[in-house]
Amino acid sequence: MSDQPTSPTPRPGAAFWAVLRREFAGYFRTPLAYVFLAVFNAFAISLAFFIGNIYEAGVASLDRFFLYHPWLWAFLAPAAGARLWAEERRQGTLELLLTWPVTVWQAALGKFFAAWLFLGSALLITLPMAFTVCYLGDPDVGVIVSGYVGSFLCAGACLGIAAIASALTRSQVIAFVTGFLACFVLVLVGYGVFDELLSGAFATGTVDEIRRLGLWRNLEPFTLGLIDLRPTAYFLTVAFAGLGLSTLIVERR
Amino acid sequence: MALIEVSQLQKSYGAIRAVKNVSFSVDRGEVVGFLGPNGAGKSTTMKLLTGYLRPDAGTAVVAGFDVVENPVAAKAHLGYSPEGAPAYGEMTVREFLRFAAELRGLADPAQRVADTLKLCRLEEVAGQSVDTLSKGYRMRVGFAQAVIHDPAVLILDEPTDGLDPNQKFEVRRILKDMAARKAVIVSTHILEEIDELCTRVIVIAQGEVRCDESKERFLQRGADLNQVFRKLTA
Repeated sequence: MSDQPTSPTPRPGAAFWAVLRREFAGYFRTPLAYVFLAVFNAFAISLAFFIGNIYEAGVASLDRFFLYHPWLWAFLAPAAGARLWAEERRQGTLELLLTWPVTVWQAALGKFFAAWLFLGSALLITLPMAFTVCYLGDPDVGVIVSGYVGSFLCAGACLGIAAIASALTRSQVIAFVTGFLACFVLVLVGYGVFDELLSGAFATGTVDEIRRLGLWRNLEPFTLGLIDLRPTAYFLTVAFAGLGLSTLIVERR
Repeated sequence: MALIEVSQLQKSYGAIRAVKNVSFSVDRGEVVGFLGPNGAGKSTTMKLLTGYLRPDAGTAVVAGFDVVENPVAAKAHLGYSPEGAPAYGEMTVREFLRFAAELRGLADPAQRVADTLKLCRLEEVAGQSVDTLSKGYRMRVGFAQAVIHDPAVLILDEPTDGLDPNQKFEVRRILKDMAARKAVIVSTHILEEIDELCTRVIVIAQGEVRCDESKERFLQRGADLNQVFRKLTA
């Protein structure tokens, strides 16, 4: 090493990419990633076949496949997102990370995008579903693509919520359970049973506004081939509000 | 200008005033032993100095950069090993150091990692995950990440805690080798460590500096260092 200590201020991008790479690779350092990918695929496909009756419907389309994605993300995004900050607190590495030349925001962005990419890779592995539908029939490819885009955005929204849960605790289990419950509520909003409950308490107009906040209500247009501004903005808002809020929680430490 | 300048630093946790009014400075070539009872404010002062915690009042300047105003630049010149030497347990030693080097944006990270593994005598466990290491190796991993960028300022919170005599000797040896070019702060409970390692002593008790003097003067306070310590921190 040199005689004169020199420690140049790193480029801001270096820290972001280093964190992103570490976090993404981190999923694959434990069996968690493989369990996750297997569970996601098993459920995504069996829900579509056995509950969505995608095969019996006799239509070459994936809308019955995407129908269950909010449920899957509500469960699996908190599972993947639980470690974001809780694990840093438990291991004591938060003190290390935040005394390295990286801002909390760079670290938070790196972590968030790594987790989102991981969820995206789970989604990519379901592509044989799409190929099968294309092989069996003549689906509208644009509709399938928009369905995948919508599902990916929906995953980001659930991850935003999971990030807040993870920033609040040092226990991954608590982070997972609270994240799951919060996402679960957003899944329920827009389902029949829940609607009846709301109708008892609020005026029709209000109920309709609340329904707009549900995950499925926002994913549905994507599964019909529409990439609308409003649902896109909804998913991105939830995702980045979650990212921002979790970062502020960590910054206050 | 000194490499570390701490001026009237204050920090409270709720009603507890952990650091009341701490000022000192450390020049290049100095190894300052930070002494004090548990809960005296040593670790809090280090957390403030490294930018992990924000002070309620006062300033901390590292290598000319204020840690609150210009945290990234200050941290680039700073190596810090927190108490217990935390590290990402699921990574191997080499992966962990590589991550530290890349995050710091060092040129030729692979070479830096190799040099640091050698310096800290970690080569034989480089491929092992941190979780599987013995305490002695873990502490050295914590030390390795703190020196990988050859920082001007080195802050170590109880770096020899829980080590056996041979391991302690090893850490002190590495530290002495590099101390001449750096400003170093080492907190410790081991009073004998002062004579072997430090050039200066700062005693902190109840959030205040009780004594700040050269090692030689400190050692002249009495033959029984335990008694000297008790008197100063009472």
